[in-house]
Amino acid sequence: MKWSVLTLVAADEQGIVAAVSQKLYENNCQLAEASMMRLGANFAIMLRVSHPDDCNLKEILAPLTEKMHLHIHIDNDVAEKSSAPEPDVNITVYGADRAGIVAKTTGALAEAGLNIIDLETAVAGSDAEPIYIMSLEGNATQGIEKLQKAVDELAADFDIRLSEIETLRA
Amino acid sequence: MSIKEILTYPNEALKNISTEVEAVDDEILQFIRDLEETRQSGPGAVGIAAPQVDVHKRIVIVDVSNMRKPVDNHGHMIMINPEIIHWEGMAKGREGCLSVPDFTGNVIRAEKIKLRYMDEHSQQHEIESTGFEARAIQHELDHLDGLLFLDRLVSRRTDLFERKVYKK
Repeated sequence: MKWSVLTLVAADEQGIVAAVSQKLYENNCQLAEASMMRLGANFAIMLRVSHPDDCNLKEILAPLTEKMHLHIHIDNDVAEKSSAPEPDVNITVYGADRAGIVAKTTGALAEAGLNIIDLETAVAGSDAEPIYIMSLEGNATQGIEKLQKAVDELAADFDIRLSEIETLRA
Repeated sequence: MSIKEILTYPNEALKNISTEVEAVDDEILQFIRDLEETRQSGPGAVGIAAPQVDVHKRIVIVDVSNMRKPVDNHGHMIMINPEIIHWEGMAKGREGCLSVPDFTGNVIRAEKIKLRYMDEHSQQHEIESTGFEARAIQHELDHLDGLLFLDRLVSRRTDLFERKVYKK
């Protein structure tokens, strides 16, 4: 068995997930982690898939890529498993939509030791006055204090909040 | 004393509903010592419930007094026949479980609870618990009713924004 990461993007329509997963199942592939989301009017799926050594994912999915106009990208021979890093901090940012909000905040946070594990952003508000919202989880690799300091400095420009994640182990 | 084996999902026994303890006898006391030893043998668990070691009685242990960052707590609690009698507020937090190795996820719990339980000396208690300790208690009590945190997972996209406290 080998592991690959599949990325599929298409104009959103009903049944993409079902069609893709059915095709993979029929060809003895198994899904591990998957993330699927709408990006504007597009639908995007990323999946980590195990499959027999001689299986060609591109060929298997060819009928669908044509029918559903899926754009497909495959990374072969990825690592089988790595234990997921546990986030210890959650940061939310929102502000009037403007260029550079993600670059500026994540740049300063990376410098203060943030390793991002999960990030989501959205544009909301009215067309005339859009707002940008970002929520991320990660590890404060150089300690929470240093990260908090960076957040406090960014707070001059954005509404930004850091909260610690204390995972319950029970 | 002995360390018991921890049941892990998909073991169906985790779905059993536990029965009330009628009297705290020597056998129960011995079991509580074993349960505590089992809790401490694992990787820093703040709680454990009897059904996790395949004993389907309403007994849990919770102790959040040794957190890296201290939280409000009632110390080490052995709870027999515990019952939550009041819930208040909601908070999202990340949970993991000895019975579900290698996975953590977000769960919404009441922020503040009132509960009744009996300790190992058959003394009745009624306490109010908040925050992290309340979360741990709710997590453990779920085990007594055959529920895992997997039954209560919410999407990572679900956010509960902190309510702002307005100053007068």
